[in-house]
Amino acid sequence: MSLINYSSREINVKIVYYGPGLCGKTTNIQYIYNKVTPETKGKLITLATEMDRTLFFDFLPLELGKVKGFKTRFHLYTVPGQVYYDASRKLILRGVDGIVFVADSQSMRYDANIESLYNLHENLAEYNMKLEDIPFTIQYNKRDLPDTIGVDDLQQELNPRDYPSYEAVAIEGVGVFNTLKSVAKSVLRNLS
Amino acid sequence: MVKANWKVFEKDYWAINTILEELLDNSNSKSILLLDKTGQLISSVGQKPQFDLYTFASLCAADFEANAQLAKLVGEKDFSTLYHQGSNESMYLSRVEKDIILVILFNKKTTLGLVRLRSRKALEGLGIVIRRLYDKLEYENEEYSESDFDEEFTAEAEFEIDSLFSD
Repeated sequence: MSLINYSSREINVKIVYYGPGLCGKTTNIQYIYNKVTPETKGKLITLATEMDRTLFFDFLPLELGKVKGFKTRFHLYTVPGQVYYDASRKLILRGVDGIVFVADSQSMRYDANIESLYNLHENLAEYNMKLEDIPFTIQYNKRDLPDTIGVDDLQQELNPRDYPSYEAVAIEGVGVFNTLKSVAKSVLRNLS
Repeated sequence: MVKANWKVFEKDYWAINTILEELLDNSNSKSILLLDKTGQLISSVGQKPQFDLYTFASLCAADFEANAQLAKLVGEKDFSTLYHQGSNESMYLSRVEKDIILVILFNKKTTLGLVRLRSRKALEGLGIVIRRLYDKLEYENEEYSESDFDEEFTAEAEFEIDSLFSD
């Protein structure tokens, strides 16, 4: 949940990047970290294995500056995508204010996307939360690779409710900030 | 789970800080942080650490939560305190009520025994403030209305987001 501190005039919100293994969640966060100004970002923390796979989570605090006198911070987290790290994923979702689902557009990862989205619903349900109640944005990543599924087909399967969605090539930064802006704005609109 | 619309109001914030300052003083600790289970920092007192406090808070919350899961696996409800000992710096973490974590950073100027002893009283005091805060959030009245977060807030926030989050 967002934390609003009326005394220190601060708002902190939590945004989680979710999705199947190797879909590009960490790549999104790293791109953002490399591009935003030093005053905007805090330290990027990555709890990864030796193979560079996320073990627990990545964490990046971003500071928006003062909005109507409130210092506003976004805490970006990624979850580990691999199926067997479900306990970690569940922990990271605690208190989430906004979710980005990073889908892997490659046809061979089609089932992995569906499984991961299903897993997201399941894990939210454990906190008595529903995806419909949380600001949510979908990113169709890896659009530059051969053998990708058409966006219309991905939309039909992963996004029947027509949440905001963006095509991306996260490794080159394409679509990364559009995705972040979309979810960040929805989260702050949710406060008002 | 952490309460919805989690807010800290002026009076409660100062009540919390008074307890933390007192604990800092009588336990000879270096710094003290109060955070919630989602990793959001509520307050900190004492020597300002060299590291990013918000990152530190998120890792502390993850540490506490991971250990709570370990506790369940070994048949405990949770581990209500954790102790990490370093050669110079050490950390003592305690659960306050259900959703809040107290983190005490200390060095050789004090002892674990003293930190543990003094934190017990502070935990009681913090528990009272946190429970009062929960009650307030439950029966939120006009005094705490969300008038700060109106359309003007949204417009200003969106402008900031557009200007800061770009290539």
